[in-house]
Amino acid sequence: MVKFMEVRWHGRGGQGTVTAAKLFAEAMLGAGKHVQAFPEYGPERMGAPLKAYNRISDDPLTVHCQVAHPRIVAVVDSTLIGMVDVLEGVPEDGIVIVNTANPPSQVGEKIGAGMRKVFTVDATRISLETMGRAMPNTPMLGALARASGEIGLADLLVQIQKNFGKKFSQKVIDGNLRAVERAYEEVQGE
Amino acid sequence: MGQIVAFTGNTAIAEAMRQINPDVCAAYPITPSTEIMQQYSSFVADGLVDTELVAVESEHSALSACIGAAAAGGRVMTATSSQGLALMWEMLYIASGTRLPIVMTVVNRALSSPLNIHGDHSDSMGARDSGWIQLYSENAQEAYDNLIQAMRIGQDMRVRLPVMVCMDGFIISHSIERMELLADSQVKNFVKEYIPHYPLLDTDHPVTYGPIDLQDYYTEHKRQQVEAMREAKGVILEVAEEFRALSGREYAFFGEYQLRDAEVAIMVLGSAGGTAQAVVDELRADGVKAGLLKLRVFRPFPWEEINQSLGHLKALAVLDRADSFGAFGGPVFHEVRAALMESSHPPKVLGHIYGLGGRDLGLEDIRRVYRELERVARGGQVNQVVDYLTVRE
Amino acid sequence: MKEKKEKGWKEIPIGGLILEAGNATQYETGSWRTFRPVRDEDRCIHCLICWIFCPDSSILVEDGKVVGIDLTHCKGCGICARECPSRVQAIRMVEETTFEGLGTWD
Repeated sequence: MVKFMEVRWHGRGGQGTVTAAKLFAEAMLGAGKHVQAFPEYGPERMGAPLKAYNRISDDPLTVHCQVAHPRIVAVVDSTLIGMVDVLEGVPEDGIVIVNTANPPSQVGEKIGAGMRKVFTVDATRISLETMGRAMPNTPMLGALARASGEIGLADLLVQIQKNFGKKFSQKVIDGNLRAVERAYEEVQGE
Repeated sequence: MGQIVAFTGNTAIAEAMRQINPDVCAAYPITPSTEIMQQYSSFVADGLVDTELVAVESEHSALSACIGAAAAGGRVMTATSSQGLALMWEMLYIASGTRLPIVMTVVNRALSSPLNIHGDHSDSMGARDSGWIQLYSENAQEAYDNLIQAMRIGQDMRVRLPVMVCMDGFIISHSIERMELLADSQVKNFVKEYIPHYPLLDTDHPVTYGPIDLQDYYTEHKRQQVEAMREAKGVILEVAEEFRALSGREYAFFGEYQLRDAEVAIMVLGSAGGTAQAVVDELRADGVKAGLLKLRVFRPFPWEEINQSLGHLKALAVLDRADSFGAFGGPVFHEVRAALMESSHPPKVLGHIYGLGGRDLGLEDIRRVYRELERVARGGQVNQVVDYLTVRE
Repeated sequence: MKEKKEKGWKEIPIGGLILEAGNATQYETGSWRTFRPVRDEDRCIHCLICWIFCPDSSILVEDGKVVGIDLTHCKGCGICARECPSRVQAIRMVEETTFEGLGTWD
């Protein structure tokens, strides 16, 4: 049977959450994995809560159903906590990564994480300081890499450089790489 | 090995079209197929292809323009979904009746009303009698591979029929998946130079297209279309063999998974195939003799081969992602059940409607079907031959 | 009457195509006629209005002058006689039964 890792992303329209799922898939593809990335499509509106998903595996992926029990959840916008159930279907050994300045213990208590591991990173502040814009999605990739242990920092940076290389100026790329690096270093776990 | 990429189904199709480089494309945007022609129009604008891209005011006009261009002698492609396909309806029959090998990607989407943009097979299943060959794709890779093969199938002089390449809206069209591309030169060589059949632009040899055809000859022309569909079966396998030699990927009328010694099986087409495959793996690990048939070619319908593949089962469930209102089950179900009448000991055949309007088909839904099949295979009573699988009571 | 053998599905072009351009000439619609147009050469002013209106291209013209009527294809609809200017009236419709045989030229 094919074993795979599933990730669920929570964000709001316009924050680059769907792009984050896509970037994560492309980075993992570059690292030799089989990947899927897909958003939960509805009417797309700026600010509306949305979800996106990843499946990552060493073997070919065949399933095309929705992700019901993700082991990893990435919350790009912490104002969603309390509005949507970010723990829905997440197993007891699951991981939750939240974009917030608050410590993991406080966030864990707020969402009722129980046995699940909570990580926090101030991705919005990092993006403002490195890129001059509130784009928390790329730093969240750094935090996800660190918290999940699925991909090393060096590999992730190489893949992002490769993907961004075709589309953006070196200044933009450097800002993104710095953001990923800082989030990887600054993410806090319990 | 070709280049490995992470593409959505729509991007995979646009990329295949770029490599095929058709003479004419006419299309009108509709979700979820819009991106295909949007990306393709960039290829045209960037000079990467030689295609004449015709912007039209409706899908009816899109297919009309395609028909005109194909009759003129061009290699022609388009794409649509749902209401767009519905609006093409009368032109579908003209394309097939005039024997024009247009290749169209249908990104499957539910039909209104009520309005729904998500994936089910109502659109292409409704067009199953329109004389088009229909290939269904499980994932982005198959959509890409099917499109390239469709060119060769449709344009073959033994066939000369239009081809629909179907993939599930959003589930495949908008999901990024790992897949492998062929090189541009490989695709170019594979699809070959297009040879027109009595092109209108050959003004030295003028011909008449679309004349009136009454009681004296209409039946003969329809009989020719039946023959072309029969011939298409052989051509589909020939093209698949050539494609396997090129890509290493195997295609036939359908994919068989753990069927040989199976007692119970599911038959399904489109993106749900791989999901069911994962459940078969689970069941096999538990010692259940479960199998799966993933249908790729619905037109021409490979009923003899289906019989051979499924005749030995004790119980079979056919999953339809479209209903045929008022009929005895979904469109795939009643054709499979009719085909199995030719078996000496046909299995019990159940029909389930699932996934309408993009409703998710989860692993647990599929497990439930196999549990029911096991019960029926052991002699249990069939409660309902035809039923909805994913509906709230 | 000619014996007409209709072809089977293996013998005809696919797609309903007609491969002989202009094969409408083979269809001798002149036999449909109950009235035949008869043109008075002396009255005709060669305005070509009949040539413009004839739905079966049966008004024969050479060097800008009407030279005759193609009776193999003329169905006898009478449009030429109707459209011929009232002060000219060069064409009149005569019952076909008064003629012997189909005839090709007037």
